Amino acid sequence: MEAASIEALLERAEKGNLRALGRLLTLIEHPTPHAIQILERLAKRAGRAQVIGFTGIPGAGKSTLASRVIGALRRRGYRVAVVAIDPSSPFSGGSIMGDRLRMQEHASDPGVFIRSIPTRGVKGGLSTAALAMIEVFDAMGYDKIIVETVGVGQSEVDIINAAHTIIVVTMPGAGDDVQALKAGVMEIGDIYVVNKSDKAEANKTAAYLQFALEREDIGRRESGWKPRLVKTSAVLGMGIDSLVDVIEEHWNFLRESGWSGRKVEARRILMAKMMAESMLSAKVMEAHMESLGYLEEVARTGEGIFRAAEELARRAARKMLE
Amino acid sequence: MSSLQSTEAVGGAVRRFKVLVAKMGLDGHDRGAKVVARALRDAGFEVIYTGLRQTPEQVALAAVQEDVDVIGVSILNGAHIHLMKRLMTKLKDLGADDIPVVLGGTIPVPDLEPLYRLGIREIFLPGTSLAEIIEKVRKLAEEKRSREEAVTGVGGC
Repeated sequence: MEAASIEALLERAEKGNLRALGRLLTLIEHPTPHAIQILERLAKRAGRAQVIGFTGIPGAGKSTLASRVIGALRRRGYRVAVVAIDPSSPFSGGSIMGDRLRMQEHASDPGVFIRSIPTRGVKGGLSTAALAMIEVFDAMGYDKIIVETVGVGQSEVDIINAAHTIIVVTMPGAGDDVQALKAGVMEIGDIYVVNKSDKAEANKTAAYLQFALEREDIGRRESGWKPRLVKTSAVLGMGIDSLVDVIEEHWNFLRESGWSGRKVEARRILMAKMMAESMLSAKVMEAHMESLGYLEEVARTGEGIFRAAEELARRAARKMLE
Repeated sequence: MSSLQSTEAVGGAVRRFKVLVAKMGLDGHDRGAKVVARALRDAGFEVIYTGLRQTPEQVALAAVQEDVDVIGVSILNGAHIHLMKRLMTKLKDLGADDIPVVLGGTIPVPDLEPLYRLGIREIFLPGTSLAEIIEKVRKLAEEKRSREEAVTGVGGC
């Protein structure tokens, strides 16, 4: 796409044209060199929004809860963008993205923009594309950006570097106290939510979590924030305002302590690192395709296969430098 | 899967075709929509499902926010002409009438002509095979991408 038409698109998106913003996100999702130029310009203006990550076990109600939170944030006057990540099929590469359907009630609200993105094989789903979208929404003046991950538990660690506020969603009956502790999520959350709290055992689950959070080593974040626990029922609309109060409280805490800026930096560093990884892996792919004869030869006997890996990396590196 | 490959992006990611599958109005039957959504996924498409009982305005806005290549609507409640008219109007208002719209469902034959006149590109009646639906949706998506390429030099921009 011509630089001039990208310029025009950007201008229309800034004026609030939703079609233009939708197209811009597509450009950013599959960045060509021109698209990277836009990102450069936009990133300068970004850095003001609160990025809120929702993670947690599948079926805990992340999407429904996010939808309620969107409603509450809108009532408080914020513009809200959503990056909803859903898994891709490892077989066909296709996907059915259903997070949006839990949030569709906001589709006709001009102050809410929801964009779905498949994991495309990226562990945890937090791809370069998702990070770039955060940057665009931020630059476009959205106050709150909600990122909903696929919620697989352990591969979600990257989200800590991408979001200001991490909400870990769980539900009653989702395993015992040991389950809650081992998944690696006890170290990352700023806010823990026991959703579906209208169900039996909600208090027990909350007590387990509270107990875990009282331990000094996992009960405090690097920023000095002490993680909080909130009980909600997204379906019944219970506890939503308390949750949004805590989200706001955390944001104020980050801003006053200077951590909000550091989080933006961490997000950008993560994006740069991931982009570099994908550039390199594309070169490895190219080198692989060109070295098939040599690789097959080595693979037949197995001799020198480790050296071949090094050779492949070397060839990819040469391509990178070309 | 090379037919799904479009512009080469930095990092070499493939841009897959993106389809919105939508249900509108007072119509609780989404088995068909889900079967089609799944078939499209298995054919390598990225599918977004809106869920039941959407207004045409919500569907049009979802299509714009997601920047899809094709909109597929399933209607079994008889209100197809009214709902599709509103959908097409809203798409036009949003500057998104370049997105091809296809329709599936129990549509009486006399209604086909007025629907095509509204700009619906394909209508799939009961008995249509999944293979045919996938092929026609793919063709429309390819056409849309190549129109974009012709205008801008790069697909989908």
